[in-house]
Amino acid sequence: MIRVVLPAHLKNLAHVTGEVTLEVTGPEDAADDACGAGASQRLTAGQVTQRQVLDVLEARYPMLLGTIRDRHSGKRRAFVRFYACEEDLSNESPDSPLPQEVCSGKEPYIILGAMAGG
Amino acid sequence: MSGVRVLVGTRKGAFTLTSDGTRGNWTVDGPHFGGWEIYHMAGSPADTDRLYMSQSSGWFGQLIQRSDDGGRNWRTVGNDFAYQGDVGEHLWYDGTPRPWEFKRIWHIEPSRDDPDTVYAGAEDAALYLTTDGGEKWTELTALRTHPTGPSWQPGAGGMCLHTIILDPVHQGRIYVAISAAGAFRSDDAGASWLPINKGLRSGEIPDQDSEVGHCVHHITQHPSRPDTLYMQKHWDVLRTDDAGANWREVSGELPSDFGFPIAVHAHEPETIYVVPIKSDSEHYPPEGKLRVYRSRTGGGDWEPLTNGLPQSDCYVNILRDAMAVDTLDPCGIYFGTTGGQVYHSADGGDSWAPIVRDLPAVLSVEVQVLP
Repeated sequence: MIRVVLPAHLKNLAHVTGEVTLEVTGPEDAADDACGAGASQRLTAGQVTQRQVLDVLEARYPMLLGTIRDRHSGKRRAFVRFYACEEDLSNESPDSPLPQEVCSGKEPYIILGAMAGG
Repeated sequence: MSGVRVLVGTRKGAFTLTSDGTRGNWTVDGPHFGGWEIYHMAGSPADTDRLYMSQSSGWFGQLIQRSDDGGRNWRTVGNDFAYQGDVGEHLWYDGTPRPWEFKRIWHIEPSRDDPDTVYAGAEDAALYLTTDGGEKWTELTALRTHPTGPSWQPGAGGMCLHTIILDPVHQGRIYVAISAAGAFRSDDAGASWLPINKGLRSGEIPDQDSEVGHCVHHITQHPSRPDTLYMQKHWDVLRTDDAGANWREVSGELPSDFGFPIAVHAHEPETIYVVPIKSDSEHYPPEGKLRVYRSRTGGGDWEPLTNGLPQSDCYVNILRDAMAVDTLDPCGIYFGTTGGQVYHSADGGDSWAPIVRDLPAVLSVEVQVLP
């Protein structure tokens, strides 16, 4: 189970409050997917990637399509950030494994809007 | 008694303003989607409960919302605005070629007949069509791939397709306007396009009479005179009486012929309204006086309408899609300002009053007459 924290605007869009919990594809399929998408490393049991989490998130909440990642390139939108375990994962490969604490559900995967303004 | 619903898009959410047909007492509802930019909301002429909203954000991109109950509930529909085929290039501000890149939807134009059929105008300029209530959008590519497309260049606000007019008489005729490419007409439902900018003269471009490159701000049409269009250009107010084949200036003695919106009275096709703005570098009313100007002669002769509008220290702007008219009698006129006021007149412009004063900056105003 993956815990996902959405920014307030996306919670409103998805009609959710609090965290979202997702069941993400198991390691065998995940490894295939990850490799197919150009991942540099094979996943081990229990590991998932940012891409897998976002794929499942968008499948469950299709109104979020295009709000986090570009619909065509799949790239993170410029002013969206991904954090977990007090680390900024925004510029990590989407096919790298997430920290074990996120994969186990101990820590949330945080999606948020970048700081902006003056 | 019939009612009126005003759809207001702002920098920080959507609002609906409702009244009965007397237009005396108003209820303000909103913000819907607070914090999001609502470039435009529009209701279907075929079903007043069917509304569409263009919702966007610098963080989270473009969404389209649809309501089937007059704005009480909204549902996210499709937002896949892809450029079809070869994306191609247009000119960037520095004169270099730049690939078309989708930014947002500026304007939504529902079909007159079918609530599920809607056109949408995009930045970078492109025209989209849905026939399933917004789930799937298809680009009408002939506009973007027009032979003049590579020479189109954005205005300061971006290269936006901001005006869409679906001709009520000539089947398949569509007018669009793009900043800063100009006006275009299709007579075959978007399969091909003709630049219609003859008579426009723009000092901001090297060839003032160029076929394209004019910064058209808004165009309006009265349904009973489909071949007559009125235009507020960057500078100049113009009209055509031959469906855009030729334009002539009708700015007359306006205190400034710069401005953004232009509207035509619902029952008097020669009565038009503009809001003069001091200049393209001073986006506020001349002398700090907010004046709507009315012409009852289709341009040329203008009268200031000031009753109820601030006549000192007013430095707001009125954006291109932020003026609308209702079809009641007397005709109601509505406009919103970048200062967050929405003014209305229930007597064709003779007197004005604010419906609401302190909204976020108003981007668009549309009005529906309810059964």
